Amino acid sequence: MSDTTSATYVETGLEKGLETKNTTCYMCACRCGIRVTLRDGEVRYIQGNPDHPLNKGVICAKGSSGIMKQYSPARLTKPLKRREGADRGSSDFEVISWDEAFEMMETRLLHIRETDPKKFALFTGRDQMQALTGMFAKNFGTPNYAAHGGFCSVNMAAGMIYTIGGSFWEFGGPDLERSKLFLMFGTAEDHHSNPLKIELSKFKRNGGKFVSINPIRTGYSAIADEWVPIKPGTDGALLLAMIHEIIKTGLYDRDFLIQYSNAAQLINQDEESDDFGLLMRGDDFDEGKVHPHDELWWDRKTNKAVQTHTDADPVLLGEFTLDDGTPVKTSFQLLVERVKDYTPEWAADITGIPVETIRRLSHEMGITARDEKIELPIAWTDAWGKEHESVTGNPVSFHAMRGLAAHSNGFQSIRALSILMSILGTIDRPGGFRHKAPFPRPIPPCPKTPTGPQGVKPNTPLGGMPLGWPADPNDLFVDDDGEPVRLDKAFSWEYPLSVHGMMHNAITNAHRGDPYKIDTMMIFMANMAWNSTMNTSQVRKMLNDKDENGEYKIPFLIVCDAFQSEMVAFADLVLPDTTYLERHDVMSMLDRPISEFDGPADSVRIPVVKPKGECKPFQEVLIELGSRLGFPAFTHKDGSRKYRDYPDFITNFETEPGSGIGFLAGWRGKSGEKSMTGEPNPKQWEMYEKNNCVFHHKLPKSYQYMRNWNQGYLEWAQYHRLTRYTDPINIHIYSEVLQKFRLSAQGKYAGKQPPDRLRKRIETYFDPLPFYYEPLEAQLTDKQKYPLNALTQRPMAMYHSWDSQNAWLRQIHTHNYLHVNPKTAAAAGFGDGDWIWIESQWGKVRCMCRLSEAVEPGTVWTWNAIGKAKGAWNLTEDANESQKGFLLNHVISEELPPHDAGEHISNSDPITGQAGWYDVQVRVYKADPNEPEETSPQFENQPTVPGEGKRKSWLSYFAGKKPAGLNIGKRK
Amino acid sequence: MTQLALVIDLNVCVGCHACVTSCKQWNTSGASGSLMDDNPYGKDPTGTFFNRVQTFEVGTFPNTETIHFPKSCLHCEDPPCVPVCPTGASYKREEDGIVLVDYDKCIGCGYCAWACPYGMRELDEDQKVMKKCTLCVDRIYDEALPESERKPACVLACPTSARLFGDVHDPESEASLAITERGGYPLMPEWGTQPANHYLPRRKTEIKVHEDELTRVDNPLKKDGHLPKTDPNEPFLEDNTSW
Repeated sequence: MSDTTSATYVETGLEKGLETKNTTCYMCACRCGIRVTLRDGEVRYIQGNPDHPLNKGVICAKGSSGIMKQYSPARLTKPLKRREGADRGSSDFEVISWDEAFEMMETRLLHIRETDPKKFALFTGRDQMQALTGMFAKNFGTPNYAAHGGFCSVNMAAGMIYTIGGSFWEFGGPDLERSKLFLMFGTAEDHHSNPLKIELSKFKRNGGKFVSINPIRTGYSAIADEWVPIKPGTDGALLLAMIHEIIKTGLYDRDFLIQYSNAAQLINQDEESDDFGLLMRGDDFDEGKVHPHDELWWDRKTNKAVQTHTDADPVLLGEFTLDDGTPVKTSFQLLVERVKDYTPEWAADITGIPVETIRRLSHEMGITARDEKIELPIAWTDAWGKEHESVTGNPVSFHAMRGLAAHSNGFQSIRALSILMSILGTIDRPGGFRHKAPFPRPIPPCPKTPTGPQGVKPNTPLGGMPLGWPADPNDLFVDDDGEPVRLDKAFSWEYPLSVHGMMHNAITNAHRGDPYKIDTMMIFMANMAWNSTMNTSQVRKMLNDKDENGEYKIPFLIVCDAFQSEMVAFADLVLPDTTYLERHDVMSMLDRPISEFDGPADSVRIPVVKPKGECKPFQEVLIELGSRLGFPAFTHKDGSRKYRDYPDFITNFETEPGSGIGFLAGWRGKSGEKSMTGEPNPKQWEMYEKNNCVFHHKLPKSYQYMRNWNQGYLEWAQYHRLTRYTDPINIHIYSEVLQKFRLSAQGKYAGKQPPDRLRKRIETYFDPLPFYYEPLEAQLTDKQKYPLNALTQRPMAMYHSWDSQNAWLRQIHTHNYLHVNPKTAAAAGFGDGDWIWIESQWGKVRCMCRLSEAVEPGTVWTWNAIGKAKGAWNLTEDANESQKGFLLNHVISEELPPHDAGEHISNSDPITGQAGWYDVQVRVYKADPNEPEETSPQFENQPTVPGEGKRKSWLSYFAGKKPAGLNIGKRK
Repeated sequence: MTQLALVIDLNVCVGCHACVTSCKQWNTSGASGSLMDDNPYGKDPTGTFFNRVQTFEVGTFPNTETIHFPKSCLHCEDPPCVPVCPTGASYKREEDGIVLVDYDKCIGCGYCAWACPYGMRELDEDQKVMKKCTLCVDRIYDEALPESERKPACVLACPTSARLFGDVHDPESEASLAITERGGYPLMPEWGTQPANHYLPRRKTEIKVHEDELTRVDNPLKKDGHLPKTDPNEPFLEDNTSW
């Protein structure tokens, strides 16, 4: 075809100077494998790596625009210090050297560590290096560490992990390959974005039915076979009604529930007993056993209580009396009683979904699960030693993310979802939900925080993990008065299961000195002065607020970022981070690896270009600081540093000397012959590089399913140190963990007691069975005045605020509108393109209206984080992002109005501390024609900082040297 | 005669814009390059893109469809952009049906853009020549690339594999089979342009539940004694008659 190759590379010389390197994308959190082609050292083309298990060669809009991120003029390139006397927020910085920056930090942090380590707080954004940042905080000895999970989707993690021992996204997902019916709640665009797109497409082409339950029809919902609009925050009601209908019609998987959950186990119903609501246990209770499995069933043959998983014929439903007179009911009996009044008719009023639809969807799920059963010829052995000839599955699957999670009733809604998935018999079975290593984990997982202030001592690592999984009230991190030890009040009685921390309250609490004042706050990759915070306008003031002595209330702010974000303006010290193309990274089994359903996988980033200017990866900053501060993990006994740099740390770090457990699971052992565990391998990075930057261990088929109860898998996982115990992980239809907190609030549980102001709150929300309640903010809002729900969604071509500097992506989303149903807009007297106000009890924002038939009339919504502060991200003062774009966060509060639980209760789920982003109630009205046609609030222009590039008024990007006379259409 | 084309499956396109920017990055540094971006960091940024996704709504709530509609040059079999070109820059290749612009001959007059009923041409404001989708002609014949990658950048990138590429004159090609079997259609056929690119429509899967499938003999409620049973103490026919 030589004629047709006219104007190809060969003739134009475009093939010259090319080289290709593999690494991992980081334009969002999805972590696709990418192949980067460089020409003369400049990035020419970023494609999906076809040999990568996660994205199999595809790439998204963000990943394809990495070039414009790499060469953005908004890059920070030099360490900066706020100029003496300049105000925070004014971006008045002077350039300093890294040496000076490290000396400043060393002096300050050494003093804090020697005196009161909790005065140092480290909070990080969506960083994918929590294992390292958490380790740094633990070694420092501060409890004040968290990543962004508390304001992202902790309800999803906690609600599912406390129920089924695993959750969506990194740790599990829908098996769309074999599923026949898929229900997606919320989720415009996902974290696991390309894999979900690949699977959705295959699923639809295979003839599966895709149902989207979402107030808004965009993104994935657009291709749903059925769109079911729902009123925000009412998903719990829908799910409970579905459970009601499925149980009522007998469409649940009885055998699965009996064997693999606590559904048939007996619960103490003696209201006088201190053990009321706890599982009944047999006489052979052995205190010495970590997980004694002596719960009881009621045997239909002998008509008495027997130990579970014995040769009995247990009842699933019923109430009985034990020999000692204790009245008992099965868990499932209690669930049936719980959902008795949660009829489709009841849910229809709350959700706005017709009764027939709720009933029909329930029947479709139940019948598909029952009649389309999958049987795979895979023999396996369960944890009780019983051999099975095959793996079976019920092909109904689900997915959900922040749409369920970001409500203050999200935990219980997600418990309801997990229970729906369980009664349909879809947990870790083909066609249903599948786990990804290192999950499933025990319920709850083992890591724990310290349990009191004694865990925080000068010059000493923290006496526990900074974040953990409370199993009962005595695991809470509180002082003798039951009050929080952490700055964000996580793991306190206010939010007992806040397993990802509560970053959204850190600045507000630090500013108020509640529960105490801190000295230094270090923020990595989180835009806390803009889209990553609630109540943005006020938080910006707090960051800049001074006490009566003229000192900043938060005395020292260190910000590490790669770009001139809104947060950078408020820093006292700015550390310029590298981009993803410039650094080493690990997607580690100790953190959130890229595991697949069929087995563990982790991956790495390897630099494909040199760091710009003086940019330094944050990992290097942590290792340098850890060495200077003499942390045990980073220094030898004589004080000398253990690790040269981050790659050296990754290669040689072991969790304990000789443990064989490190950050990367692939190519361990002296010459790379071992995996999962093994001695450090000096050539580990090279081996990852040669293997597409990914390690993927495929489990034998017999270990790929039913992993909560799969003896082979559990023993394999224990052998490879993924999990400490091989005990089966039975599903908590009934949550004894929650009941223990409730008993505590009732004064019936030995040990820690909630402060009186919180007793009612704990007793109400720590219900061992899921229930529906109106989101807390709605309970405390005048809904006559503020009748609408306001939501944000993430567009597919932008990841939060990460891409505002991207010349290509910002042409796709240059500014945002408020999307309003035409009926709602007509009632309020405005139309498409009009300037309007959106107002909550907390504040108001002026923006532009876009009419949409794809949103239910009670909801208004906008794209998240398209709006920017003037001048940030090296955009011009008149850029659309700041003049027409807006941030909804100004009308969302980080705290609830004062009420009986306290003056300053977080606007969060009362169980997990998940930020209630989507609970806000608003009204909308037309702006006065005399008002300026720009969004409000506006902020003073944020000037560029020293070291930033010059922005061009036009671009004509070409990688490397451009040959003269390029002409793809040159006619011969 | 070969006619290369794209077949775009609207049934699975989620509007992610992967095709838009993967096209841009390939072509700006390729033989079409570079592709201009005007005011890239300022007000109303606008640039040369060969491929764009439009999103629109159909119907009224709650019966609303949201359609993501990727658009690029359709490589018409009878392209109206070609005869209007005063310099002969715009032409259709005989060997594979790709419509191209010879930049050396193009004077940027814009007639072709006026003539194209689909709005698929983009004037590069930097070079003042008309540019458009080339089906990545600098990829698809490049023998230095593995055969699996000799496809337009947008096709390789598309996460939902919504973009099929092939010879629509070859009835056995994947693209042709998709058109025949999945109801492929051209855009605005009434214009007589015979677009080579085709679109596949949305399709809906429904689950039909028959009332009598709901309950079964092995209903688990029965095992636990919870299927409704009639109490023999309730009134019965025999209370009132002896036949």
